[in-house]
Amino acid sequence: MTKAVSNLIRKPKVLAEDVSERQEEGLPSHVQAEAFSVFYGSNEAVKKVSFGTPTGLVTAIIGPSGCGKSTFLRAINRMNDLIPHCTTGGKLIFDDVSIYGPQIDVVSLRRRVGMVFQKPNPFPKTIYDNVAYGPRLHGVKNKRELDEIVEQALHRAALWDEVSDRLSQNALGLSGGQQQRLCIARALAVDPEILLMDEPTSALDPRSTSRIEDLIAELRGRYTIIIVTHNMQQAARVSDFTAFLYEGNLIEFGKTLQLFQNPSEKQTEDYITGRFG
Amino acid sequence: MQLSTRKVLDRSFSGLGMVSIVLVTCSLVVFLAPIVWKGFQAFCFRGTIEYRRVMLDQFDRGNAARIEKEADRARAARQPLYDMLEQFEEQLKQDRSLRRKYRRPLRELKMRITGLLGPAPGEPQRVLIREQYGQTRWDRARVKLQDVLYKVSYDYSDPSVPGIKVQTPRAEDFKGTSLESLFAYLEEHVEEMLQPRRTVYWRFLFDKSMDAHFFGGIWPEMLGTLYLTLGAILFAVPTGVISAIYLVEYAGQGRLIGLLRTCISTLAGVPSIVFGLFGLAFFINAVHVSESKSVLAGSLTLAVLILPVVIRASEEAIRAVPLTYKEAALSLGAGKWRTIITVVLPAALPGILTGIVISMGRAAGETAPIIFTAAVSVGQPLAVLDTLSQPTPALPWNIYNLATEHEAVDEIRHVQYGMVLTLVGLVLLLNLGAIFLRARISRKLKG
Repeated sequence: MTKAVSNLIRKPKVLAEDVSERQEEGLPSHVQAEAFSVFYGSNEAVKKVSFGTPTGLVTAIIGPSGCGKSTFLRAINRMNDLIPHCTTGGKLIFDDVSIYGPQIDVVSLRRRVGMVFQKPNPFPKTIYDNVAYGPRLHGVKNKRELDEIVEQALHRAALWDEVSDRLSQNALGLSGGQQQRLCIARALAVDPEILLMDEPTSALDPRSTSRIEDLIAELRGRYTIIIVTHNMQQAARVSDFTAFLYEGNLIEFGKTLQLFQNPSEKQTEDYITGRFG
Repeated sequence: MQLSTRKVLDRSFSGLGMVSIVLVTCSLVVFLAPIVWKGFQAFCFRGTIEYRRVMLDQFDRGNAARIEKEADRARAARQPLYDMLEQFEEQLKQDRSLRRKYRRPLRELKMRITGLLGPAPGEPQRVLIREQYGQTRWDRARVKLQDVLYKVSYDYSDPSVPGIKVQTPRAEDFKGTSLESLFAYLEEHVEEMLQPRRTVYWRFLFDKSMDAHFFGGIWPEMLGTLYLTLGAILFAVPTGVISAIYLVEYAGQGRLIGLLRTCISTLAGVPSIVFGLFGLAFFINAVHVSESKSVLAGSLTLAVLILPVVIRASEEAIRAVPLTYKEAALSLGAGKWRTIITVVLPAALPGILTGIVISMGRAAGETAPIIFTAAVSVGQPLAVLDTLSQPTPALPWNIYNLATEHEAVDEIRHVQYGMVLTLVGLVLLLNLGAIFLRARISRKLKG
């Protein structure tokens, strides 16, 4: 862990101030929601939310359970397609293309938008095969090339040093924290532009959690990261921008420091001070 | 509830469990022990000189010089017996009243002795191989010896009970004649005449049968069973697994699909003889997969029989694959089909294999479906390509055939038990193989 990163983690304010100093308003958005809704049948889980997640930065989505934050996240790479009767309204734009538009190629969308899930879900295959799954899927056959991609992805996920000598062992033999970093490596191996993280540390112990948070700080800048969490300290520690969702409505979206220190909405204040949720 | 009550309840439940385990084990032993013991006797028994002669003449096995020497000794021991018979016959020729009295008992005696020792020297060559030799097994020889020594009749004097079996010494028939001493001589020297020796006939498994299973082994039956089972698996597994994938991953909840599922469940309960008739009517008469009965037609029929089990097991296994695996694959940009091939199926494989194991045992042991489609009672071991057009003997069918239709089943019970043991062993072996495979895959999946 570099000194700069550890500083960031202990003092979340530094990170947020750093961002606010460097970045002006009107940052380019990587994913832009415009009056975007998600319905489960007739139930509107996400209600006409509009905000953009800035390119190359970390955006946290917070809110109490059932507020639609995971639903929104999973709408970005169309994982909600797996759920029957799930429909959308409004617009969700990714690189000038509507994610739910007719031109979209879901497979290439998912290739560009990686995802890390709440529970570590490595395949019951070897560590190597887990990371190589994506590249193989997209046609990398050369063994040397694959080796390189796997090593690089594991390096980026800060897992290489722990597993380099047992790449051919089953991934399910790793600890929970290692498994989650392996899942991150697996997502990074296809070189996505966006990384979606759906409560990536909720099933992990504090030590593993802090390692994942370190990792997010390291990945920041290279990837646009959107993280759903209901740990508010975590949101404050790792993110540049924060969106607060409540019962499907976007209550507030803004720079993390501002939202946590000086929220403009009463509901946000109540939530972050622990009065409800 | 009080702690003591809970403890008593708990203990009585585990006691009940123990009792049932013990009961199951006992019934298994009671069931399997005779099969194993009697089947074992098809392989290990005391073989007589006749057995060794059969092996030498028919299978060209054994040390010819040694067997000839043994045969000489046996012949020497038998000679006085034949001499006695000849002498008695001479006497009959000279005395008409004696002839009238002893003609029939003598004929029967000679027949019995032939049954024990084979044809007497100088008799014309018999056509059937089984009549060219005496008893090859010592246990059978002992039974035949009893037939020589004793006459069996039934006493019907008491009409209220069925006839009572009465054994009278055959020697009484010949009281006062020169033949009376024959019986004592035979009883005393029968071992010399037959020279029983401990024999291990492991080639029972790999020999073709001779003269409707009188001699030789059961290789055609075993091979036939293997062909039929593997053929059924070959047809049923791809079809079943693909159907299961369709039902789980692609089919919706429509009424037609519901009907289809019901049909599959119903299919599992159809009696196997119906499948047999269906196989005959459809595969042979309608589709003409072969001219008449063939391994191919039998395999297809068996495949239809086990299909519901394969589909059900595969369906359950595929359904049990955690959704998170699928999500992970999809989120990496895998299409639905790629996800199924690379992630879902490998994870479901142990469950699918369980279904295959169960249905393999079923296919190997089924008799009814192959009666009309594949099985014949006697046949040669088939080459792989011949399975497309030729019928085959198969263990379950031949066990049934020996039990019901064979003209001399009493003589060859040991073959029947040998077949039963082989079938049980074969199914066990197939299952063990699949279980081993499944364990390996599970280990690989679990890490």
